[in-house]
Amino acid sequence: MSLTTRPPGRPLALGDRIFAGAARTAGLLILVVLAGVFVFLLIQGAPGLSVDPSTYGQGVTSFWAYVGPLLFGTIFISILALIVAVPFALGVALFISHYAPRRLATPVAYVIDLLAAVPSVVYGLWGGIALSQALKPVIAWLGAKLDWIPLFQGPASPNGQTALTAALVLGVMILPIITAISREVFAQTPRLNEEAAIGLGATRWEVIRLAVLPHAKSGVVAGIMLGLGRALGETMAVTMVYSSSPKYMIDIIGDTSPQTIAANIANNYAEATPDKQHVLIAAGLVLFAFTFAVNFLARWAISRGERKLTR
Amino acid sequence: MTTLAVSPLARPRLPRWAPAVVAVGAIAVAGLLALLLGWGPVATLIVAGVLYVVVLPAWSRLLEGSRAAADRLMTNLVWGSFVVVCVPLLWLIIMVVRKGAPEITGHFLSTSMRNVVGPMPGGILHALEGTVVVTLAATLIAVPLGLMTAIYLIEYGRGSRLARVITFLVDVMTGIPSIVAGLFALALLVLFFGPAFRAGIGGAIALALLMTPTVVRSAEEMLRLVPNDLREASYALGVAKWRTIVRVVMPTALGGIVTGVVLAISRVIGETAPLLVTAGYNDSMNGNLFSGRMTTLPVFIYNQYKTPGAVPLGAHATDPPGYARAWGAALVLIVIVMILNLIARIIGKIFAPKTGR
Repeated sequence: MSLTTRPPGRPLALGDRIFAGAARTAGLLILVVLAGVFVFLLIQGAPGLSVDPSTYGQGVTSFWAYVGPLLFGTIFISILALIVAVPFALGVALFISHYAPRRLATPVAYVIDLLAAVPSVVYGLWGGIALSQALKPVIAWLGAKLDWIPLFQGPASPNGQTALTAALVLGVMILPIITAISREVFAQTPRLNEEAAIGLGATRWEVIRLAVLPHAKSGVVAGIMLGLGRALGETMAVTMVYSSSPKYMIDIIGDTSPQTIAANIANNYAEATPDKQHVLIAAGLVLFAFTFAVNFLARWAISRGERKLTR
Repeated sequence: MTTLAVSPLARPRLPRWAPAVVAVGAIAVAGLLALLLGWGPVATLIVAGVLYVVVLPAWSRLLEGSRAAADRLMTNLVWGSFVVVCVPLLWLIIMVVRKGAPEITGHFLSTSMRNVVGPMPGGILHALEGTVVVTLAATLIAVPLGLMTAIYLIEYGRGSRLARVITFLVDVMTGIPSIVAGLFALALLVLFFGPAFRAGIGGAIALALLMTPTVVRSAEEMLRLVPNDLREASYALGVAKWRTIVRVVMPTALGGIVTGVVLAISRVIGETAPLLVTAGYNDSMNGNLFSGRMTTLPVFIYNQYKTPGAVPLGAHATDPPGYARAWGAALVLIVIVMILNLIARIIGKIFAPKTGR
C-alpha cells in the first residue's frame, strides 16, 4: 500500500483524515443522540418519580399508580387499532401483490403511500369532526343493542367522540405501515414455490395459503409490530378525537375512555408546573421504553426472517 | 374432450355472468330492504357489499365445491378490503377540500391571528412562517448529520461492528414516538434555560431527531447504488478517497439523496405533538428561532380545533369559526405535503440513474 502514488501527498491525506473523521463522528453522534434521548429524559424525568403526590392527581399516591392506567390505555387503544387495521392492511397488501391487475397495482400502492403522508393532525381533525358525526348512529345502536358486551357497556356518548372513533382513526393511520411491509414480503415469495402450488392444481387462495403466507409470516408479524409501535406513540388522533381520563376501563363508546400516555402529555403540557413537567417527562420515558421494546422486537423479527431467507 | 366434461375431475364452473348477476341481485335486495326499513344510503351500500361477498361463494359452493368457494370468498374479501380502505382516504380529502377551500383567501394567507377575537377573519401567516423556519432549521441539522452518517456506513465503516450497530439503532430511531422526540428536545433545553423555556429551536431539534433516520436510510440506499467501477476509476487516477466521495460518488447519488431529503421534510412538516410541547402557541408573527413561542401550521390547526370559539349569533354557519380556520389550514398543510411529495418524485425521475448513454 505504501507504494500507491498519491499526488501531492500530504494535503490530500489530511483532507482524507478530516473527512473520514467527520463521517465517523456523524455516525457516533447518532449513537450519542439516541443515548442522549434516554439520558435527558432520565435526568428530567427522575424527579417526577418522587414529587408531592398531589401533583399526580386526586387520589393517586405514587408515580406507578399514575402511569399504570395510562399505560393500560395506551396498549388498549393501540390493540383496538390493530384489530381494525390488520385484516384490511393484509387484504390490501395481498391485493397489491397478488390480486390486482398489474396496471392497477402501482397506483394503488401509491395511494396507500399517500394515506401515510397525510399529517396526523389532519386525521385528528377529520376524526374529531367528520367521522365522529358519521358514527353517532352506529354508537347509539351499539349502546342500545350490544350493551351486554363489556366494550360497549356505555352509556353511549351522544356526540360520537369516543375511543371507538379514535381506534378507527388510528387504524387508518397505521394501515399503510403494515401494508407496505406485508406487500414487500408477499412479493418476495419464491416464484418457484408459487408455481409448484399452481402446478398441483391449487386455486389462487390455496397458493397464497400454502406458499405465500408461510413464507411471509415473520415479515407480517414485524409489520404488525411496527404498526403497533406507531399506534402506541400517536398523540393527535387520540387527543383530538375523544375526551379521556386516566382510569382502568374498557368501555369504548362512553363519554370518557381510558387515556393514553401521549394524550396525557399533550393535554397537560400547557399548564404544567415544573413538578408536573417532570412527571410528564417520566411518563414519556415509560412510553419511549415501551415503544423501543416493541420496535426492537419488530426489527429483530425482520432480521431473523432475512437470515432465514439467505440460509 | 366431451368425456372430460362429464368426468368427475372437471367440476362445473359458475357462468361468466355470475358475479354481475349476484351484484345486481345484492343491490336490488339491499335497496328493497332499505325502502322497507328506511335505511340511509351508506347502510344500504354496506348491506349490498356484504351480500355480494357472501352470496357469490355460497352459490359457488353449491356448484363448484368448497375449494373454489373458498377461493372466491377470499378474492371478494381482498377486493372488498381494498374498496373499504379507499373510503377514509377519499372522505378525508373531499372533506378537507370542501371545508377548507372557501377559507383560502388572500387575507387568510397574509395575516396572523394577532388581536383576532371570535369570528373576526384571521390568518395563518404566522403559522406558515413558523413552519418554514422550524422545518428549515431541522433540515439544516438533520441533513449534514444524516448524510455524513450514510457516508460513514457505506464508504468507511462497511461491515464493521460500529456500522452494524448504527444501522440497527437508526432503524429503531425510526420508531421513536414523535411526542417523545419533543420531550427530549424540551428536557434538553429546560436543563439549560429553565423550566419555562419555549422556543422554535426546541421544535427544530425534535424534528431533526425524527428526520435523521429517514435521511440516513435513503442516502444509504442511494450511495449503495453507485457502481463500484466509478470509485475504482477515480482511485486509479490517483484521486484521494474523500475527493472521490465528494466529486464522484455524491454527484452520482445526488438525485436520490435530494428525493429522500424532500420526503423526510414532507414527513416532519406535519408533526404536531413535538411542536406543541416545545414551541408552544402564539397568535403573532415570530421569526426568531431562539426566543419566544412560535406557532407552526399543525399546532395552529390543533389549537383552532381545541378552542374554536362560539358560533356567531344569527349566522348560518353551524361550525364555530375555529373549525373553519382549522379546515383552511389543513388544506394548506396537505397541499404543501403533496407538493413536496410531487417535487421528490420529479427530482427522482430527473436524476434517475441513466441506463446506457
